[in-house]
Amino acid sequence: MKRNPRPQNVEIVGHPLGTVNKVCRTEATLTRAASYYGRIVPSRLVPCVIKATGSLVNQLTRSRVFSVPSVEGSVMSLPKPGGNRDLRLDLFRGLALWLIFLDHIPSNIVNWLTIRNYGFSDATEIFVFISGYTAAFVYGRAMREQGTLVAGARILKRAWQVYVAHIFLFAIYTAEISYVAHSFENPLYHEEMGIFDFLQQPDITLAQAMLLKFKPANMDVLPLYIVLLAGFPPLLWLLLRAPAVALGASVLLYVLTLYFGWNIPAYPNGTWVFNPFAWQMLFVFGAWCALGGAKQLSAVILSPITAAVAVGYLAFALFIVLTWYMPPLNALVPQWLEDWMYPIDKTNLDVLRFLHFLSLAVLTVRLVPSDWPLLQSRWLFPAVVCGQHSLEIFCLGVFLSFAAHFAMVEINQGVGMQIAMSLLGIAIMVATAALISWYKGIEGRSPRSRPGPPGATLVGGGV
Amino acid sequence: MRPIVVAVLCALSTSVAVAKEGNECIVAAGTVAPDFGLPNVARAIAKDKLDIAVLGSASSELNGPAGTNIAYPTWLEATLRRLLPGVAVKVTTYARARETASEMEAKLPRIIAEFAPALVIWQTGTADAIRGVDPEEFRVALDDGVDKVRAGDADVVFMNMQYSPRTEAMLAVAAYADAMRFVALKRDAVLFDRFTIMRRWNESGVFDLYGATRTTNVAERVHDCLGRLLADVVVAGAKLAPVASKGTE
Repeated sequence: MKRNPRPQNVEIVGHPLGTVNKVCRTEATLTRAASYYGRIVPSRLVPCVIKATGSLVNQLTRSRVFSVPSVEGSVMSLPKPGGNRDLRLDLFRGLALWLIFLDHIPSNIVNWLTIRNYGFSDATEIFVFISGYTAAFVYGRAMREQGTLVAGARILKRAWQVYVAHIFLFAIYTAEISYVAHSFENPLYHEEMGIFDFLQQPDITLAQAMLLKFKPANMDVLPLYIVLLAGFPPLLWLLLRAPAVALGASVLLYVLTLYFGWNIPAYPNGTWVFNPFAWQMLFVFGAWCALGGAKQLSAVILSPITAAVAVGYLAFALFIVLTWYMPPLNALVPQWLEDWMYPIDKTNLDVLRFLHFLSLAVLTVRLVPSDWPLLQSRWLFPAVVCGQHSLEIFCLGVFLSFAAHFAMVEINQGVGMQIAMSLLGIAIMVATAALISWYKGIEGRSPRSRPGPPGATLVGGGV
Repeated sequence: MRPIVVAVLCALSTSVAVAKEGNECIVAAGTVAPDFGLPNVARAIAKDKLDIAVLGSASSELNGPAGTNIAYPTWLEATLRRLLPGVAVKVTTYARARETASEMEAKLPRIIAEFAPALVIWQTGTADAIRGVDPEEFRVALDDGVDKVRAGDADVVFMNMQYSPRTEAMLAVAAYADAMRFVALKRDAVLFDRFTIMRRWNESGVFDLYGATRTTNVAERVHDCLGRLLADVVVAGAKLAPVASKGTE
């Protein structure tokens, strides 16, 4: 257990179970516990004092509560900053949300900054992995403390929330596309106008949308998420008892999916853009890492050989991606490699994409330690706070990318406008995330303050 | 690559200058050069008879106010006749709205048997994107199509989607464009990147592709320029092909 370098006077008030009065030396853990059970009033006094009465005393003095406070939270957004949560998770999920927003604005020059232009994997991999990690982190503890039934019910409730969010986004999308369908006409594009055909048959399309079979462009991530969450309770049960078996089953499902071509059918044609039977492997791998897998792998993750391999693979991926933009370079890629490598399939989470993500993750864990002081700083706060409310911010990002494109079409599509829309969108995402934090604070669901001091690191790994 | 670019630009500056419009759109299109040769086209030109089949969907058709076809295949034919004096050039369009790549691929043997073209220009992708066809199925259709075209002693030029800024956020074409690029690279087939060309036109302000209109004025000029650029690609591709080579690649 790490000691907080800045001792704090911590006071817990207004909790239904009472207050604590206890002198302590493990300030960090108490501060953390306090942040879950009431309001913290930090100061620079030594030693830290916690006043407590009632049954809260029992809760706080149980070491399990101190080191692993119960988190009332959710998968996509963990509204309890300051726990023994690895802030790197929030940071990189926040960054992934920004990248997804930028990638969803078409013809945007700022897109060139996003990682998909420099390798095989993109923000989706980061997002799915971290979501698996945090799902296991939150609900794994819930399952241990509250039982399988309660934890399973909470996971399904979360899946329902994501479903509602998806339908809400679909409504916004339909409103936008209906407007464009009625306001735009150009003989040059009479073929492209075919995308409005679905508006002619609302009876079928709306039902198909609610069944998650009809999914407009850029609205494929949440349905993947819903399916992953819906299947998570039995998997988590197994992960807690036999992690290796659960991970093995997941990899087996992935392999069988690739072999037999399993996927969920979509409407009006084809299959899901993100095949849940394939992408589950990344989600389960994240969950497995959170429940001790990363600790087991820490020797491998931190070994210099692994780092060298990762750097080599990233360089290889960068070169291959360059050949896509500069066809003459393609002559340098041997035929056998092309035959083996292409196509790099996003739908089924191509192994090349998975390895690219792993390489990025390994290097990130090396370069960004979990006690990196900057994680607490105001400079990274914008990304961290977005990552802490990821369901809301993800939905907002999809909406904002529609809105940004709409503004570019209606007003101006110049480079200046593209940059302005990108920055404005991110600013709105950050402001909204901060507002959500503030709301949760005043509703007593989490501290008003910014994320508290770091607690014990989760494990050696884990992005 | 450089000499080809220069050759294309030289060809443009001499031939297109006599076209009815300025070559503003040609310049703004940037570098449009074939990455691979078109040996069957070269052979056909040597025999003074060049038959081209355009296989496509709705964006390969455009009817003007008088009902006459003013789509790019018409302009392609006119430009090729000018660039290749003495060669009997005939362009036939097999376009059908909403048709996917695999439906077109199924029609290929019949077209080749009936018309025996030296070149098939295959415009596809938009209908697949609208109908949500699995990109892998799309890719396989293109790949099989290359086999069928080459088995009929013809070359293939792929043409990808139009750049359509209004519908860009609603119609996800990237997976299909990537699939087409992969097949083109892997099979040494020429890709006519209509998407990039039209985007450059929009960015440089040559054409306002955002504007709503009921008339065909912009559409006609866009198709005119596409046809001329395509003709240049066909001619440059024929020059790029090894003259002495026999059979398909």
